[in-house]
Amino acid sequence: MNKKPEKLINKKGLRLDGRKPDELRPVKIEVGVLANADGSAYIEHGKNKILAAAFGPKEMHPKHLSLPDRMVLRCRYHMAPFSVGERKSPAPSRREIELSKVIRECLEPSVFVEYYPRTGVDVFIEVLQADGGTRCASITAASLALADAGIPMRDLVVACAAGKIDDTVVLDLFDTEDKVGCADVPVAFMPNLNAVTLLQMDGILTPEEFAKAVNMAIDGCRKIYDLQKEALKTKYMLIGQEEEVEE
Amino acid sequence: MPTYFEKKQLVTPGELLAEGEYLPGSNTYTENSKIYASRIGLADCDNKRVNVVALRAFYFPKVGDMVIGTVLETGFSGWTVDIKSPYTALLRASDVLSRPFKPQNDELSQVLSGGDLIVAKIASYDRSHDPQLTVGEPGLGKITRGQIIKVTPSKIPRVIGRQGSMISMIKKETGCQIILGLNGVILVTGKTPADEDLAMAAIQKIENESHTSGLTDRITQFLKEEKQKIGGKQE
Repeated sequence: MNKKPEKLINKKGLRLDGRKPDELRPVKIEVGVLANADGSAYIEHGKNKILAAAFGPKEMHPKHLSLPDRMVLRCRYHMAPFSVGERKSPAPSRREIELSKVIRECLEPSVFVEYYPRTGVDVFIEVLQADGGTRCASITAASLALADAGIPMRDLVVACAAGKIDDTVVLDLFDTEDKVGCADVPVAFMPNLNAVTLLQMDGILTPEEFAKAVNMAIDGCRKIYDLQKEALKTKYMLIGQEEEVEE
Repeated sequence: MPTYFEKKQLVTPGELLAEGEYLPGSNTYTENSKIYASRIGLADCDNKRVNVVALRAFYFPKVGDMVIGTVLETGFSGWTVDIKSPYTALLRASDVLSRPFKPQNDELSQVLSGGDLIVAKIASYDRSHDPQLTVGEPGLGKITRGQIIKVTPSKIPRVIGRQGSMISMIKKETGCQIILGLNGVILVTGKTPADEDLAMAAIQKIENESHTSGLTDRITQFLKEEKQKIGGKQE
């Protein structure tokens, strides 16, 4: 067990990894990385490495789970045994089942589920390496996988967390900050519609700090959204440049 | 009342396209009288109608579409058919037999069985029912010869070309009959397998290079060269 750092922010106002309080970790996103999935995305958010794959829409199996008026979205968030310091059992844990539900519910408002009744879409999220804030990075990647699968959506969903460490509200906590710090507020957001689809908090914040954290997280979401759009466009860029009028 | 895109601009889901008097076309949606894109694609405005040509989509059944499907299973009064869409299609026995179907007289598996390929039209489809197929028109029915090639459904218009220019050119150059299923399955029937291979190579080339300009000319060129190669071998 690593010993806990006493201070998370040094005298210069920088964090353990040298970031300023309102600075994001470096984010790298790639779309269409898996050939066998209908849509896929890979995200590196700081030290997080996450793969997301989407399948469908297809007929729902088992059939009794299909809904007569809309598409069923199924999510599976899973952490690889080697994703954390000590081996994680590959069986789905309580936390993973909960995160699967949370991610599903935050993606659902972005998808036109009512267009495709009686069908199902599966989203698989595999965390290859975890370093705090995996649910946010997973949401960002999963939304891209859905878009890459050609499923009609209102907007891309992007997520980012803010929190409080050493009495300071900061953006995008990594693992140590999350564990030692005071609070964590993950927010998922649809920037074009200005709608929040996920808002959680663990820890204690005053109402003022909470408001500040939410706004900070939303600003972070906007920054990641640009990278997200860029990643999606990069895959289709070639097609976009030279498309001709031949229909 | 502006639009917020340039012609043929690449847009992502959720991108604001236009405001005001414009009409939402394919792959778009309106919210608070603003038009947004719902798929990744190329935005276009045609007579006040804002469309997005999707670069990634799946086949969604529409009444009247010609499709090529694979028979999955023989049921009590018909067949289930895979048409590469989110829904499995149904083909009724009475439609194929073109007379009332009597279970005691007709053995359905002798007419069509699992794995057979059929050309069919979508007779009916709505939200609450699976699509129903019909083969009751000339040119439809079981496929007995030829080869199948699959392309992305959104690229079918490119294979057709402007007013059918591309497809008629391939037909003429290779002497093959080509049936395009709107679900992205294409049937090629020619006099010899070599003709079919040539036509399939051309279609494959269209799929791979569908984004480039001057494609019809290049495919013409390609077919001529390939034909010369084959001709050279035979002499």
